Amino acid sequence: MSTVATEPAARAAGLALGDAPDGSRVLSLSGRLDSYSIAAVWREARAAVASASNRRVLIDATAVDYCDGGGIAMIVDLLRQPRGADAAITLRGLKPEFKTLLDQFDPRTFEAPAASPAPQTRTVEELGRATAQLFRDMRTQVAFVGETSSALWYAFTNPSRVRWKDVWYECEQVGANALPIVTLISFLLGVILAFQAAVPMRQFGAEIFVADLVGLAIIRELGGLMTAILLAGRSGAAFAAEIGTMKVNEELNALTTMGLDPVRFLVVTRMIAAILMVPLLSLYANLVGVLAGGLTMLSFNIPLVTYLKEVDSIVDLKDLLAGMVKTPVFAVLIAGIGCLRGLQTQTGASGVGISATRAVVSGIVLLVAVDGIFAVIYYILDI
Amino acid sequence: MTDAPASQPVVRVEGLVAGYDGNVLLQNINFSVNRGEVFVILGGSGCGKSTLLKHMIGLYEPMAGHVFIDGNDIVTAEGDARRAILTKIGVMYQSGALFGSMTLLENVRLPLEEYTGLDEEAMNLIARMKLKLVGLEASCGRMPSELSGGMQKRAAIARAMALDPGILFLDEPSAGLDPITSAELDALILRLSRSLHITFVIVTHELQSIYAISDRVIMLDKRAKGIIAEGDPKVLRDTSDNPWVRQFFRREAEPETEAA
Repeated sequence: MSTVATEPAARAAGLALGDAPDGSRVLSLSGRLDSYSIAAVWREARAAVASASNRRVLIDATAVDYCDGGGIAMIVDLLRQPRGADAAITLRGLKPEFKTLLDQFDPRTFEAPAASPAPQTRTVEELGRATAQLFRDMRTQVAFVGETSSALWYAFTNPSRVRWKDVWYECEQVGANALPIVTLISFLLGVILAFQAAVPMRQFGAEIFVADLVGLAIIRELGGLMTAILLAGRSGAAFAAEIGTMKVNEELNALTTMGLDPVRFLVVTRMIAAILMVPLLSLYANLVGVLAGGLTMLSFNIPLVTYLKEVDSIVDLKDLLAGMVKTPVFAVLIAGIGCLRGLQTQTGASGVGISATRAVVSGIVLLVAVDGIFAVIYYILDI
Repeated sequence: MTDAPASQPVVRVEGLVAGYDGNVLLQNINFSVNRGEVFVILGGSGCGKSTLLKHMIGLYEPMAGHVFIDGNDIVTAEGDARRAILTKIGVMYQSGALFGSMTLLENVRLPLEEYTGLDEEAMNLIARMKLKLVGLEASCGRMPSELSGGMQKRAAIARAMALDPGILFLDEPSAGLDPITSAELDALILRLSRSLHITFVIVTHELQSIYAISDRVIMLDKRAKGIIAEGDPKVLRDTSDNPWVRQFFRREAEPETEAA
């Protein structure tokens, strides 16, 4: 006879195995049978029933002091095990207060597995679904671009209908509140660029040309691009999360049923704020980045005045404009992608998170791609 | 199931003072709930019913007072002691609060995975049996978003019962349900109470449900900032001298204040 007892002692569930005079296998359950204490007993009992598949089995519950839903589930599990024709399994001795609960379940109805296996989707079908989804997404994006363009044109021709209070609030969120992070990143960018360039250039006595490199790289390219990438992560995700939460809370439905266009209410204000703030922040990032390069060059014995004169001689208005022209386009992309992902938010706890993630990822990819297109155009136009 | 003898209260609230930001919402709250009772906390909107419930289940810390679950104070308990108390109770929230990324079976199985050493087959069987108790065994593999409001609430009750707690707290179980579904839920509560001897503490203001399921009620009122009546709801309806209690049970509107 083997016995399994589980911890702790106060909750001990026990199982004793034995044989009856008529040859039946006897499983004697005892103690407290609850979900916390029956794991070992359950495994042992199931194995004992399986090993006696051609014998009759008697489950003796006379010594069971307490039995909750977990204990009842164990008894149901034992009673439902497949048996041979002359190998019935029976239960005896369960106290009436526990029997009442057991009577609510027919062990035979629990034979089938609970969860149906996941449907097997064929590759061709998956490909078709993915393609259809791609076209649906493209249609949504085209519709969004059209709706937003129309709403922006309406705002341009009817400025009094724009919710300027919301625009200024968004300007504060997108612009003023982003100043510390833009300052930090553009300063570090200037320092790193200058330092990485100065070390090899010093070997040729060409440290002064670091000013050319830093000035051109930041003003033509990196100031605007880095600011845009920062804002895609910061404001684009915020737009998606805000609008997504509003959609989940049915606030967008409320706007629609009031006859108010969500695009005009939510997208236009954010778009205007971004178009106003991104160029300003980019200009500010240019200034900080170039100054950071100058401060770095002090450690290479290049005075700040010399550095700034060199920057002034190499960077002209055309370069500044080449950098700045891109920034309103970046602004439209950041706000547009953020708002679109917010409007596409699905229900469920993960919906808003997925929208924010998609806003950042697709925003950054598009920013870099558009920046590349600008570079090609500038090359062709010899700007 | 709780181990407390039938005569001993399984929930005892003593001198509870509750509020937000220094503003007292409820004061001097004292009552107890006996084993196996269907106990209802009722009152008008904004009187603090759900706030009281959240103090009783340890979500909010009271400004003063104690809440004893099976003799253990949930207000002062910490760490393992607090976890031990929490395994004695189950909670169904107003919205159901099922985890949207999990099937019903996985929702019910979650507490078993965290608190027991059972193997997967055993946990699945227990979860299926809980869902069968609430009439949802056929929906084991469905996601919460695929269910109606009433089904979500029933599934939430199944999840709350996963570890066989002796006490179930239900926050507005009838809210947002049609009368038929609401009556079905009332019948389920009564069946679970009678067959499993579970103690129910229910927050509601639905009079039909209150009459159908409650053994005893307390009534809160925001003007009194506390309990204004306790007892059998039908007796309170017919005999109470308190005008606020009569007003509630007779569904009378507040008299409108006339403009000067």
